[in-house]
Amino acid sequence: MPIQYYIYFCLALFSIGIIGVLTRKNAIIVFMCVELMLNAVNLLLVAFSKMHHGAALAGNPATTAGIDGQLFVFFIMVVAAAEVSVGLAIIVMMYRNTHSVDINFLNRLKN
Amino acid sequence: MIALLLILIPLAAGLVSFAMKQDSAAKTISLLASVVTLALALAAVGTSSSIVYDVAWLNDLGSRFTLKMDGLSKLLALLTAVAYPLIFVAIQHNAYKKTASFYGLMLLAQAGLMGVFMAADVLLFYFFWELALIPVYFLSSIWGGEKRIAVTFKFFVYTFLGSLLMLAGILLVYFQTADHSFAMKAFYEVKLSGAQQTVAFWLFFIAFAIKMPIFPLHTWQPDAYEQSPTATTMVLSGIMVKMGLFAVVRWLLPVFPQATVQFGNLIMILSIIGMLFASLIAIRQDDIKRLIAYSSIAHIGLMSAALFSGSRSGAEGAMIQMFSHGVNVIGMWIIADQIEQKLGTRKMSELGGLAQKAPAMAVLLVVMALANIALPLTNAFIGEFLMFSGIFQHNMWMAAAAGVSIILAAVYTLNMVQKVIYGALSPISSAAVEISGNVKMALIIIAVVIIVFGVFPQPMIELTKDTVAGLFVKK
Amino acid sequence: MSKIAFLVPLFPLLGFLINGLGRKSLSKSAIGIIGSGAILLSFLTSCYLFTQVAAGAGEGQRFETVVTLFNFISVDAFTIPFAFQVDQLSVLFLLIITGIGFLIHLYSTAYMKDETADHYGRYFAYLNLFVFSMLLLVMGANYVIMFIGWEGVGLCSYLLIGYWFKNNDYNYAAKKAFIMNRIGDLGFLLAVFWLLFRLGTVSYGDVFANVDKLTATDITGITTLLFIGAMGKSAQIPLYTWLPDAMAGPTPVSALIHAATMVTAGIYMIARSNILYTLAPATQTLVAVIGLATAVFAATIALKQNDIKKVLAYSTVSQLGYMFLGLGVGAYTGAVFHVMTHAFFKALLFLGAGSVIHAMHHEQDIRKMGNLKKYMPVTHITFLLACLAIAGIPPFSGFFSKDEILAAAFAVNPLYYYLGVAGALMTAFYMFRLYTMTFLGNFRGTHEQEHHLHESPSAMTIPLVVLAVLSVVGGFIGIPEAFAADSHWLEHFLAPVFAESAKLAEAHHLSHSQEYIMMGTATVLILGVIVYAVSRFKKYTGESEQEEQGLGKILANKWYIDELYNAAIVNPLNAFAGFCKNVVEKSGIDGAVNGVGKLVAYGSRQLRLVQSGQVSSYVLIMVLSMVVFFLIWFNDTTIIQFFNKLF
Repeated sequence: MPIQYYIYFCLALFSIGIIGVLTRKNAIIVFMCVELMLNAVNLLLVAFSKMHHGAALAGNPATTAGIDGQLFVFFIMVVAAAEVSVGLAIIVMMYRNTHSVDINFLNRLKN
Repeated sequence: MIALLLILIPLAAGLVSFAMKQDSAAKTISLLASVVTLALALAAVGTSSSIVYDVAWLNDLGSRFTLKMDGLSKLLALLTAVAYPLIFVAIQHNAYKKTASFYGLMLLAQAGLMGVFMAADVLLFYFFWELALIPVYFLSSIWGGEKRIAVTFKFFVYTFLGSLLMLAGILLVYFQTADHSFAMKAFYEVKLSGAQQTVAFWLFFIAFAIKMPIFPLHTWQPDAYEQSPTATTMVLSGIMVKMGLFAVVRWLLPVFPQATVQFGNLIMILSIIGMLFASLIAIRQDDIKRLIAYSSIAHIGLMSAALFSGSRSGAEGAMIQMFSHGVNVIGMWIIADQIEQKLGTRKMSELGGLAQKAPAMAVLLVVMALANIALPLTNAFIGEFLMFSGIFQHNMWMAAAAGVSIILAAVYTLNMVQKVIYGALSPISSAAVEISGNVKMALIIIAVVIIVFGVFPQPMIELTKDTVAGLFVKK
Repeated sequence: MSKIAFLVPLFPLLGFLINGLGRKSLSKSAIGIIGSGAILLSFLTSCYLFTQVAAGAGEGQRFETVVTLFNFISVDAFTIPFAFQVDQLSVLFLLIITGIGFLIHLYSTAYMKDETADHYGRYFAYLNLFVFSMLLLVMGANYVIMFIGWEGVGLCSYLLIGYWFKNNDYNYAAKKAFIMNRIGDLGFLLAVFWLLFRLGTVSYGDVFANVDKLTATDITGITTLLFIGAMGKSAQIPLYTWLPDAMAGPTPVSALIHAATMVTAGIYMIARSNILYTLAPATQTLVAVIGLATAVFAATIALKQNDIKKVLAYSTVSQLGYMFLGLGVGAYTGAVFHVMTHAFFKALLFLGAGSVIHAMHHEQDIRKMGNLKKYMPVTHITFLLACLAIAGIPPFSGFFSKDEILAAAFAVNPLYYYLGVAGALMTAFYMFRLYTMTFLGNFRGTHEQEHHLHESPSAMTIPLVVLAVLSVVGGFIGIPEAFAADSHWLEHFLAPVFAESAKLAEAHHLSHSQEYIMMGTATVLILGVIVYAVSRFKKYTGESEQEEQGLGKILANKWYIDELYNAAIVNPLNAFAGFCKNVVEKSGIDGAVNGVGKLVAYGSRQLRLVQSGQVSSYVLIMVLSMVVFFLIWFNDTTIIQFFNKLF
């Protein structure tokens, strides 16, 4: 499959994520959109990694060139998992305190 | 080794003093340490060659812990060392809250000052420069007068701004040095383009000008002098303003010779305007402390003008005057402090007739006042004579304009003398008593220094000769 | 041996130290003995030096010894030794200063006896310091040592004028004296710098030997600046107003300031620098004109003063004007001669006035005196002799010296002479007005005062008698050539000092007959004025006291010069200082500094509004910034390439 398809797909996924973060007020949806963006990047990393690695293998069967992209993906997934747990905890606490998950509700630092 | 001890003893004594529970113990330790420092400083002055102490410090950055005492360093180290015992003796009976911390901070400031006067590495110099400032900031903000917070904040912002500019200037020059070094030698030999000189010169100069202070960067000073506890003011005006002048001699004139020539006239004009301006304001002051503060600005202006006049006698005079002015102004502050402590006012309009109640103080005040107007046979005359002659060599009209300040100095100083000690007794001053023995001793020592160096100034001139010669070496 | 020259100033210095430090423990008689004794020792040393100089100098030879004590200031550019110079000129001044100084000290022991011991000690300490400073001034071998003495006498006059420091008027007078002097001192100092700059030396010998290295501008500038110094110290227009106010000090101090020390400093300095002045004709004219103007101007003021000391003060200013006239027309010997005779009769006048004031219990208004000759015979006779001397009646001393100056002035410009004679006539008038109102007529004081009138003690009258003798015979050391050839001893004595100038200046000589006519006319006129003054004021009763009108009022108010100075200089300066303090400093500079602070505070308050707390707005800004960043980072071709590749 040409690399372009992956790029189109990731672009779409990332844009949906950004638009979601920008437009929605529900903290959980914002959160999901952030995850969407992360995963769009992950997918792109894996796709490019596969592409470069495949090209390198043709020259040298023992090469490891290009696989570091996939390594990054693991890091991102671990960090994202940690972030999800902390983020969800914050959202739960927020709901307990305010009975709402509206992100614009918590702007009291303003004054 | 003497050089290192001159820093370490006040530093250690200061830290010990912090830990003291008893006030008297802190006082004793401080006085003792300052006397030992004085002895060491005298030993340093007695050494004929320059003293160098050098150990590795921040090698990776190209900075070494180098202390070097040439004539001017020795003279100013001596000034610092002489001033402290005098201050401690004079304030012995003053009550301060948290006495131990007060004395501790004073000594830390002394360590910083000593470092500034001896550092032969510009990073080290910067380090000590800040070390000297920070204790003073705390001294003023904790023990100062009513408006201390606002005033020390102003003082801090001013000096900190200066420090930052200086740091930028240091880095600018540092990256142009041949081997990326902070050493004095590397700075003296650095080759800078005209534009680089100009920029770095002003970055350095503004920092020093704030410290001196030079018109129009002086407005922190009268407020700070007025609001700080007088002991701190003595350190500030007696020694700390000399940091700015010293830094000009050590780090500005030799590093940026072309820029000095280029902007020298401008700075001289600013200095002279500042002199006249400050003298005029001093005429209208009613507060003794503010009067001394403005008179101090006027004197510093003269020294700065003389340093930039590019003449040997001007530089020679300025260096001598740094010492003389330091000693003399401390004497003035001691008397101002006595009056404030005893009578609870600094307003001259509320005083008067003190000569009847405190004749010894009156005589000593007159001696200090005469030194303040640079009467011949006082130490100040020698410095002013040489400085004026230097300025005259540079430009006759500037000397004439600056000379007007000696008339104005007579006006405000004699005004003060008249309002404070002559005339009829005012209701407030009828409560006055003679100064106590310790204060009298401190003042008599100052008076003796004033007259001895006024009659035999040659030792001071000889001491600073090597520094002057160093300034006028062709690069 | 001139090596002992340093003893001359040393004795007064020691006297100052002992009396100053020991004033609490010494008795009054001890203080008096130490104070006067120190000056007596100086005087004896000076006499010895004088004999040395007189013997050492052959006919027309310059005798000059420079004794260097140590190097005062030595830097790369110049060396200033602490050195004393003994030659004909300085030794003559030494004799005047220490001799008359001693008489004044002696007089003071009685005059000041009502003071408490420690004030008595303070008084004599100041007095000794005064003499010490004056001796430094005269003996210094260079301009810097002279300047030390120059400022020193200024300081001492400050201390002594404000001696009764509880009275604020006296303190103002003292301060005024010091500040006026300082204005002059600045001129002096600038001249010293000029010399240092051009010649690298200030020692008299070196300067005078190298005058040819100075350009005409240099010499004119230096001499003018030095003369400004002399204006301050010797009370010439426009810096004279301190001297009449200086009467606030004790009367013997006035005698010291006016006769022996301080005010003669300017004359000494110009006489010392005579070569420079001879080479600067423009400055010489200035000196002559200022001198003459002062002589006449001060004399007009003296006509209407009623305070016995004020009359004498203005007469001093006037006489100093004559001396400067002499210097200005090149009659250096004449000026020095007049310094000497003036020292005799002016000291006598002041001490006599002091004796009167003492007897009158500090009453100084001559309208309340009269007929004192009955009670104070010695004071009366000596005062009369002094008046005759100052008026210029032959053969009293003032005649010879004044005549010498006026004759020289006539030779340069007859107008100088006519104005000078007019001043001399006024002098005769006001002096005899003073004399008549004080000693003749009827007593106009209170009964109590009359009851206490007495002749002063011998410690006061002996100096009067000595000075009276000197005032009478003092002129004989300078008998004009017109009377007898080679009779002018002083001129021969001083000739070596002024030799260089004499070579340069064209000699003006009047014929003897012309000189006789001038002297005769002047004497007759003066006698006429004296007779008129005596006859007019003898009948003065004090009852016809009316407000002065017109010119008289202006004169009585001293031409309103003090008021003019206040309005033109002091008040504007004060206002300007206040403007600097309250407007420039507070609103201008400090306002700008605080303005910067306020601007930062305002800016941050505004900037804070951007932080709305809306998470989505933050994210929007973040995304937009990233887009902008990308657009900036990659130029358009890269972006187009990217899209081309993609699609």
